[in-house]
Amino acid sequence: MLGYIVRRLLQAVLITLGVTLVVFLLLHIIPGGSVARAILGPRANALQIAQFNRDNGLDQALPVQYITYLGQITGFGSLFAGHGWQINLGYSYKLNQSVASILVQDIPRTMLLVGVSTALAIVVAVPLGIYQAVRRNRIDDYVLTAASFIFYSMPIFWLGIILIVIFAGGLLHVLPSEGPQGTTFGDVLSELPALILPVASLSLVTIASFSRYMRSSTIENMVQDYVRTARAKGASNSRVLFVHVLRNAMIPLLTLIGLSIGFIFSGALITEALFNYPGMGYRFWNAAQSQDYPVILGIIIVAALATVIGNLLADVMYAVADPRVRYSK
Amino acid sequence: MRIPPPAAALPLHGETTAEVQDIAPAYESRGVWRLALDVFVQNRLAVVGVGIVVFMVLFCFVGPIFYRTDQLTTDLNNQFLAPGAGHLLGTDNLGFDVIGRLMIGGQTSLEVGLAAALIATTFGVLWGAVAGFWGGVVDALMMRLVDVVLSIPALFLLLFLAVAFEPVDLPKLILVVAITAWLIPARLIRGEALTLRTREYVEAVSMMGGRGSRIVLRHIIPNTVGTIMVNATFQVADAILLVAGLSFLGLGIPPPATNWGAMLSDGVTYVYDGWWWLIYPAGAAIVLTVVAFNFIGDALRDALEVRLHRR
Repeated sequence: MLGYIVRRLLQAVLITLGVTLVVFLLLHIIPGGSVARAILGPRANALQIAQFNRDNGLDQALPVQYITYLGQITGFGSLFAGHGWQINLGYSYKLNQSVASILVQDIPRTMLLVGVSTALAIVVAVPLGIYQAVRRNRIDDYVLTAASFIFYSMPIFWLGIILIVIFAGGLLHVLPSEGPQGTTFGDVLSELPALILPVASLSLVTIASFSRYMRSSTIENMVQDYVRTARAKGASNSRVLFVHVLRNAMIPLLTLIGLSIGFIFSGALITEALFNYPGMGYRFWNAAQSQDYPVILGIIIVAALATVIGNLLADVMYAVADPRVRYSK
Repeated sequence: MRIPPPAAALPLHGETTAEVQDIAPAYESRGVWRLALDVFVQNRLAVVGVGIVVFMVLFCFVGPIFYRTDQLTTDLNNQFLAPGAGHLLGTDNLGFDVIGRLMIGGQTSLEVGLAAALIATTFGVLWGAVAGFWGGVVDALMMRLVDVVLSIPALFLLLFLAVAFEPVDLPKLILVVAITAWLIPARLIRGEALTLRTREYVEAVSMMGGRGSRIVLRHIIPNTVGTIMVNATFQVADAILLVAGLSFLGLGIPPPATNWGAMLSDGVTYVYDGWWWLIYPAGAAIVLTVVAFNFIGDALRDALEVRLHRR
C-alpha cells in the first residue's frame, strides 16, 4: 500500500513536470511568431525584438530555455544562484506586476469558492443519491431525478443569472449580485452573504452531477451477489445499505470527484466572471481578453497543480477502497 | 439469460422450408440489442429526449427554409423590438430576429456538440482500451499523457486555445473542444479494460491464442459498449455546454455567426431591462437540448446494463 502511494506520488510529480512542459510548449506556439512579439506588440521592430530575446534568454536553444523556465517556476533556479527560494511564474507586462504576486492574492479566494462548493456538493449529493436509489422509480425519485437533470444541464452562468434575478433583482432583493470584493481572506469571510449566490451556482450544478452517479452506482450495487449474501446472513436493511453498499457505491464516486476537480475549476471561472468575484478564474478571463500570456500560463500551471493534487488524493482513496483493481502486473 | 436453441433447430445452409424461415427471424430478433431497444423505448423520458433532439435538428436546419429572416445585416432601427406580429420572439440588440437567430445559433451548437463528441469518443475509446489491456509501460506512458492534459481544467485550456488561435472558426472550434474531451472516455474505458482483462473469458481467449488486437477489438471494446454509448451521449451535452460557456465569456466564433451561448452573452447586459426574450429563449434552448441528450444517455445506461435486468 505504502509502495503504491509512493509510486503514485512520483507519478504526480512527473505529471506536474509534464504540465510545465506542455505550458512551455504552449508559450512557443503563440501565433505571431514569438513571445517577444506578443509582449512588445505589433509595432516593435526587428532590433527591439532581438534585444528583448537576448535580455530574456529567448535566443538560446529550447531545452536550455526549458531548464531555465523550470528553475524559475520551482524556485530552485534562484536557490542555486544563492538568492534564496523565490518562485518566479513570469512577469505581466500588461499589469506591470509579477505573476506570482498577482496570484498570491487571487488563489485563496478561488480555493475558498471551490472548496466550500465541493464540500457542500459531496455532503448533499451522497445521501441524496442513496435516498433516490432506495426510493427508485417512485414519485419522489422522479422529482429529484428531474431536478438533477435540469440543474446538470444548465449552463452555470444561466443558473447564476436566474439566481441573481430571483435573489438580487426586483423579486426578493435579499442578496448582493456581486461576489465578495475583499482583498484579504478575512475581508472575504466578513462578506459571507455575497458568497452565497456564487457558491449556490457552483454547488447546485455539482450536486446534480454527483447525486446522479451516486444513485446509479448504488442501484448497481444493490443487485450484486454480495448484497444477496449479506441479506441471506440476516443483515438488516440499513446495515446492508450503509455498510456493504455505501462503501462499494462510493468507489466510482471517488473517481468522479477526482475527475470533477477540473470541471469545478472551470465552473469557478464562469462563476467568478459572472459574479465579478476577483479570483484566479476572473483573472484568467481578463488575461485571456487582453492576451496577457504570462498570467494565462501561470494560472494554467497553478490550476493544473491543484487538479493533480486532487487526483492524487482520489486515486489513493480508490486503492484503499478497492483492492481488486490491479494497477500493475 | 437466453439459452440458444439446440443446433438442430438452427437453419442450415440451403434449407428454405417455411418452418425454418419462421424460426430464424424470431430467434435473431430477440438478441441483446433488441432487448435493449425494448427497454429504451419503454423509457418515456428517452422517447421525449429523442423527440426533443429531432425537433431541435429540424428547427435549426430545416426551419430557416420556411422561416426566412435576415441574419447577416444589422438593423439598428429595429433593435429590442418586443415579441409581436413581425417578430414572434422580438429582435435583439442588433435588430436580428430572435427566432431566426436561435436557428442559426443552434446549427453551430449542435454541429460542434455532435462532431466534437464523435471525434473525442472514437479517439478516446481506442486510446483507453489499448492502454488498459496492455498495461505496464504502455499503459503508464499513455495514461500519464492523458493525466497531463486532463489536469489542465477544460475551460482554461479551451480559453487559451481560443485566444491563441484567434480568429476561431467552426472546424477549429470542433477540434479544440475534441482536444479537451477525448480524455474522459479514454480514462473510463481504460478503467473498464483493467478489470475486463482479468475476466475468465478474456484469459480464455488469450490462452486459445487470440492476439491482443483481437482481444481489444472483439472482447474488450464490445464489453464496454454500454459505457461508450452512454458517455458519447453525455459528451454531446457537455460539448454544447462548453461551447456555450466559451461564447458567454466572449471568446467563441465572432459575429455575425452566433450560437446559443453567444446569444446569452449579448442578452445578459440587458437582464435588468426586462427584455426577457434576449435571455430566456436561448437559455431554454440550451437546457432543453442538453437535458434531451442526458435523458437519452441515462436511458441507454439502463437499457444496456444487462445486470440490472435480474431484479
